[in-house]
Amino acid sequence: MIHPVPPGTRDVLPDEMRELRALSGSLHATFDRAGFGEVWTPALEYEEVLRRGDERAAAGFRLFDDRGHVLALRSDATIPIARLVANRYATEPAPLRLCYFAHAYRAVERGSGQAREFLQGGIELIGVGGAEGDAEVIALIVEALSEAGLNRHRIGLGDGMLYRTLLANAGVSDEDAQPLLESLWRRDLVGLEVRIDRLGLTGSARDALVAVPALRGGREVLAKVPGPAAENLSAVHELLAERGVADRVIFDLGLLRDLGYYTGTIFEVYDPAVAFALGGGGRYDELLGRFGPSRPACGAGLDIQRVHVAQIEEERGT
Amino acid sequence: MTDELTIAIPRGTLFRKTLDFLEALGIETAEIRANDRRLVFPGILTVRPSDVPAYVEHGAADLGITGKDVLVEQSEREVYELADLDYGHCRMVVAAPPDADPLGERLLRRGVVRVATKYPNVAARYFSETGRQAEIVEVKGSVELAPITGLADAIVDLTATGRTLAENGLVEREAIWESTARLIANPVAHKLKAEAVDALVARIRELR
Repeated sequence: MIHPVPPGTRDVLPDEMRELRALSGSLHATFDRAGFGEVWTPALEYEEVLRRGDERAAAGFRLFDDRGHVLALRSDATIPIARLVANRYATEPAPLRLCYFAHAYRAVERGSGQAREFLQGGIELIGVGGAEGDAEVIALIVEALSEAGLNRHRIGLGDGMLYRTLLANAGVSDEDAQPLLESLWRRDLVGLEVRIDRLGLTGSARDALVAVPALRGGREVLAKVPGPAAENLSAVHELLAERGVADRVIFDLGLLRDLGYYTGTIFEVYDPAVAFALGGGGRYDELLGRFGPSRPACGAGLDIQRVHVAQIEEERGT
Repeated sequence: MTDELTIAIPRGTLFRKTLDFLEALGIETAEIRANDRRLVFPGILTVRPSDVPAYVEHGAADLGITGKDVLVEQSEREVYELADLDYGHCRMVVAAPPDADPLGERLLRRGVVRVATKYPNVAARYFSETGRQAEIVEVKGSVELAPITGLADAIVDLTATGRTLAENGLVEREAIWESTARLIANPVAHKLKAEAVDALVARIRELR
């Protein structure tokens, strides 16, 4: 008789586990060498604590404890770490470098390749603002993946405020902007163009809103969207060049990540051997302030099982 | 196809028009037209329309062509929708027998309408959004049979000319939305093969 496990969860047997353990170990060694100390936080948090970080963060799995409190399974590691920093490091002024390896839990709405429980490994850099912090995080992720044996990984780099700013500059109200951002997030560029035209926008504002989601490539694309976002991305790129990893970067000006707390630079990690993003991250300068003293922060998370798939595929030479 | 890209195209009603469309883009299709049973060609896979998003999402194909109806039904797929190809026009409709208004009567007297469809997600969402309770019966084919045989009060289905509906004694009651063929892309291919993807999209825009 077979006793089922919930869809989107799985068991791992020794052959695979050995490789996952080795991969996690390799990533952890790189993070640790760079001064990112590992932390653990509970898988279960109070729902209201997670929701303080992001309205939708507790939407996956909720339960009552024996005293009637509503608990939720964490949907990522970043919000619990923001809570931890506010609780434990409130008076620590120096930058904090933390890393984690933890399961996170999400209700699967999009993407059939997604799991409800997945193992994430990542880093959080707290107290270093702007391009300097972004470049440190991105360069370390690139290095950790190279150390783990990947050769062809790339970083898609964008700015979470870019499209919002374009919409605001075009005079689109927040209310009207929401469905457009939704279309962009759903990658429905046809629907996005229809909605832009429905707003009655014309001329260069209209053309920019239609063109920007398709802008990806090298530095030359930044010249097409002059403004603070392009200046920020250009600065990040320069710092990555100094660290010798700028050739990994593809600018992607239509990039929008689903989590609600990103405030600037965002990125995703790709490998040509696999069809899914391996992970991603970005800058979240307002999140810490929701729990304690406001501090700039940037982080990144990798889906360990997807990185493992990329390792295998690269070995096979796909 | 260009050397770099693999595209999944739909067999079925969109097949001929898709081959004509590829010809117009300068892509050779004679080999595909000459081999009706073969499924895989250099740079091109021929699959069921409803399977196109799966091939693209999982990266078996970089690009795909399929109907908007398929994309709406499978809205959870992580793919880019890059272009409206402006062929394969059809409408998603609610249809029912012409006598009386079974939707109205059924809803008034029994509170729930039974709807047969190949598009359970589309149908459930539409009836929910229009504030009516519906029991959705999923069927895989010949959905027009459902009202005639008493399986359902109405159907939600795609129609281009309305001929199949009429031949089975059904009339269109409500139009839900219009569908056309769309070009979709795998999110990673969209970044890592950007030049080839953009070159193709630019050629499509020139055609219009």
